[in-house]
Amino acid sequence: MLKTFPRGGVHPAENKFSAGNKIIRMTLPKIVTIPLAQHLGVPAEALVNHGDMVKTGQTIGASKGFVSSNIHSSVTGKVIKVDKFLDSSGYKKAAVSIEVTEDEWLPEIDRSSDLKKEIIIDGEEIIKKTLESGIVGMGGATFPSHVKMSVPRGKKAELVILNGVECEPFLTSDHRLMLEKGEEILVGLRLIMKALGVTKGMVGIENNKKDAIDHFTQLSKQYPGIEVFALKVKYPQGGEKQLIKALTGREVPSGGLPIDVGAVVHNVGTAFAVYEAVQKNKPLIERVVTVSGKMVSSPSNLLTRIGTPVNLLIETSGGIPEGTGKIINGGPMMGKALDSVDVPVMKGTSGILLIPDKESRRKKIDPCIRCSKCITVCPMGLEPYLLMTLTEKEKFDRLEDEKVMDCIECGSCSYTCPANRPLLDYIRLGKFNVGQIIRNRK
Amino acid sequence: MNSVLLFTIISLSLLGLVAALILYFFAQKFKVYEDPRIDQVEDALPGANCGGCGFPGCRNFAEACVKAETFDDLNCPVGGNEVMVTVSGILGKEAGETDPLVAVIRCNGSFENRPRTNVYDGAQNCTIVHNLYTGDTDCPFGCLGHGECVDACNFEAMYMDEKTGLPVIIDENCVACGACVEACPRDIIELRKRNKKDRKIFVSCINEDKGGIAKKYCSVACTGCTKCFKVCDYDAITMGNNLAFIDSEKCKLCRKCVVVCPTNAIHEINFPPRRVKEEEKVEETEGAEEISGKKTTN
Repeated sequence: MLKTFPRGGVHPAENKFSAGNKIIRMTLPKIVTIPLAQHLGVPAEALVNHGDMVKTGQTIGASKGFVSSNIHSSVTGKVIKVDKFLDSSGYKKAAVSIEVTEDEWLPEIDRSSDLKKEIIIDGEEIIKKTLESGIVGMGGATFPSHVKMSVPRGKKAELVILNGVECEPFLTSDHRLMLEKGEEILVGLRLIMKALGVTKGMVGIENNKKDAIDHFTQLSKQYPGIEVFALKVKYPQGGEKQLIKALTGREVPSGGLPIDVGAVVHNVGTAFAVYEAVQKNKPLIERVVTVSGKMVSSPSNLLTRIGTPVNLLIETSGGIPEGTGKIINGGPMMGKALDSVDVPVMKGTSGILLIPDKESRRKKIDPCIRCSKCITVCPMGLEPYLLMTLTEKEKFDRLEDEKVMDCIECGSCSYTCPANRPLLDYIRLGKFNVGQIIRNRK
Repeated sequence: MNSVLLFTIISLSLLGLVAALILYFFAQKFKVYEDPRIDQVEDALPGANCGGCGFPGCRNFAEACVKAETFDDLNCPVGGNEVMVTVSGILGKEAGETDPLVAVIRCNGSFENRPRTNVYDGAQNCTIVHNLYTGDTDCPFGCLGHGECVDACNFEAMYMDEKTGLPVIIDENCVACGACVEACPRDIIELRKRNKKDRKIFVSCINEDKGGIAKKYCSVACTGCTKCFKVCDYDAITMGNNLAFIDSEKCKLCRKCVVVCPTNAIHEINFPPRRVKEEEKVEETEGAEEISGKKTTN
């Protein structure tokens, strides 16, 4: 029996068209737009001005506060504007626009592809390096990684879980990274383990990536303490609370963090970024982005510099096919539709999906028929239909009691609802309102 | 037979009397003293429980009125001065005069003026859309058109105009309770002074983007050109965030600003059509008349 989380979950069609395609390095764009808010928390502060020359890897945004992250230039060129630009958040936010002139990297960055296994620096320096290199959670939530590596007082980390689940349909960027940079990822995992002072590491991979499981099982033999687990294919297994439950059987308490049960979860992409930052001195300036969709002529996994406009990625993969109705940033379950293809690739952009018009439209909303399917699929054990109704009626006290803040916004309820009710839309609204009430109380 | 009937009547009457005495005793013993003026004030209030005064309901407002030393912060927007004078008469305090207010929609981004650039078919709720993105037009400040303000209105003073996709306020019904102002996630609706004959002049735009950018996605956006600011004789217009703002307290309704606005972003409502005096102004004046005419029919 394969491990999985016990409560709820759905299994949407996998559609992993690009799983067999190797990672291709994108050609350099002419202009990049690097947003200063690419992570959760406080946006970075711009360090450059109009007209400045910057080099690849240079810090152009300084983190402000603990939950924040540095921003680096992903290209060499001239800053042409520090202004507000539209990004995938749907609004204009502060960003630095750079005109690319050449591809000269900072001298301290090791650009060779040699594997560097030996870990020579100590835990604290690893955390410092992670902060300096602007590394954030690459799974999509973009939570600054150094925060996750610093254990709060009174808590103790026991194990590090590496998230190679990639439960979203279509996306294959983590899958390809695991196949092509497996060893680097494991070194990254060991670096994270050292930073946290733990000896136990787990890698969770869903069973639809058998090649990656075999590859990792083979590799992990050289590293004592690291175990690889195949997981049953079920969405949203990539949610950290679900993954912890699936691998260890521990349940993160309501309102708590994974560290409350001694676990720290990092994405495989993050582990690779930590490896590059610590062993190669390379800040987070590029990432693998899956461009896919049912009608895309050549679905691909592109190693893209942060700040590259999305339309360039789509062009590389064969352009926008006729009859495309929606372009999604991220996976089809949790991703967000873009209203412009000029937005840049950010640290959390795991995929760009082109959805045919027919599939992209919402269906007619019918009244709730009390079938309770949404309750059956909710991985957090909530009652989505109730949360939606309470939000509509603005009963926020009751909504808080019903643990609306525990919702991980996986969208399983909306996906499964036979009446096409916009459950998640309203639950998000409820979370937003309750969150404000809680903040005001403090 | 008779004696049974008699016995029943007497015993039940006695029982009733005893119960009444007990009830009377406890009613006196646990009596909660309430200022009788609270009831009087509440009777004088409109009883709409709209929350426009800042209190949850009319009774809470009445309690606050009785407790308050002065009426400086207390005002029933629905009843207006009339009700406040009655209330102050009951309580023997002086009520300050407040100008009656009316809500205005500060966005004119109709389907015609502001082209739709994408299709939104998710949940029809302004706040949800606002939290997601700029909306189905490119304007990040303007009306989203899902009618949360109309739903919030308890006085049937608003409706959605299907031709423009914008909410419309019915001046006669609006009591300025502020429910729509609260409901709008983009703060488009403003409460302004209700002048004589409901005449008002206001900038119908809250777009803070630079003129050129704002103009790109909305033909009637305020570009912050400062023309109205320069022409105003009463210092009623202030500039800020690439926007002009007309202070309804200072505005003398001279309508000079309306004529100079290059994008027709300043609206005059409920004014009589102007007489054309100078020939060179003919064109602009016609444009202004059109707007005032259209709005008056509302």
